[in-house]
Amino acid sequence: MSENTLSIALADDDEDDRLLFKMAMENLKVNTELSIFNNGQELMDHLNSPNHRLPELIFLDLNMPVKNGMECLKEIRGDTVFSDISIAIYSTSSSERDIDETFINGANVYINKPTNFDKLKEAIAKVIEMNWQYHTSRLAKENFLLRI
Amino acid sequence: MYVKFDVNAICKRVLEKQLDSFGLEYTLSGTREVRLMDKLSKEKEQELADALGNVGIFIVDDTKAILAHQIKETIIHMIYTDKEAHRYKSSTYLADKLHYSYAHLSNVFSQTTMVSIENFIILTKIDYSKKLIIEDKLSFSEIAHKLNYSSSSHLSAQFKKTTGMTPSNFQRLVKKRKERRIDSVKVTV
Repeated sequence: MSENTLSIALADDDEDDRLLFKMAMENLKVNTELSIFNNGQELMDHLNSPNHRLPELIFLDLNMPVKNGMECLKEIRGDTVFSDISIAIYSTSSSERDIDETFINGANVYINKPTNFDKLKEAIAKVIEMNWQYHTSRLAKENFLLRI
Repeated sequence: MYVKFDVNAICKRVLEKQLDSFGLEYTLSGTREVRLMDKLSKEKEQELADALGNVGIFIVDDTKAILAHQIKETIIHMIYTDKEAHRYKSSTYLADKLHYSYAHLSNVFSQTTMVSIENFIILTKIDYSKKLIIEDKLSFSEIAHKLNYSSSSHLSAQFKKTTGMTPSNFQRLVKKRKERRIDSVKVTV
């Protein structure tokens, strides 16, 4: 386990949210390597650039300028190069329609952005632990759906 | 003056120097695996570990990882294939099959995999129930029975706790996802 680091990407246009996310990650017991992007376009440019390690897990904010989370989700799921990546949508919206749409478009996780820091840590830890199990065990990855 | 490091090359050279000083025959594969041609005595192995430790290289003890892997395989066998398994408590079953005390298995598993054996069993059962739900050949209560739950509401509750959604919601989303995928394939063709 200590030999492995989990590579994680976050795309969020809100600076405070990015900072909170980063702090929450620092408290985890897993070795992680976090890349942070300010919007969906930056994330997609990074994913499409050659010669780098693809993340195993992406946290995507739904509402972002330039390219929003749903557009990124569709682009990522439309390209088989990225089929091993798990996608966690992370949004303030709790509308059932939004949630359904993200799962139907291929998201693995939907997180209602928690309002306090402890809840955020808990949610991130749960996603990472679950994702880890799907990566390291013989569980059916295509059935990985989680709502927090 | 500034310098740049090729860390892998440096580490490899340091490692080779140490191994050579022990007069060992070996091959290196990848950047981290050393295959020794001869079996070392316990004392020699300790000396080597100390010598490597002095230069900041540590031998990884992967027997725990191997045992954790065996535990996972046994759990999968227990849930998917062994029809007699329900007669035993899972702790007894695992201890019996793997010839270790359950306490030992449980420790090794949690240390290596970030999850307890109990939670991994739940996760595996829920994963199996997902497959059966998608196949859509059995009713929820038949699935619950097959997976050894006392009732379909017990399965539903554990499903909801693990995935955040009800089994029927899961089934609906997966169906819609498949339809969407088929539609998008048609469009690109």
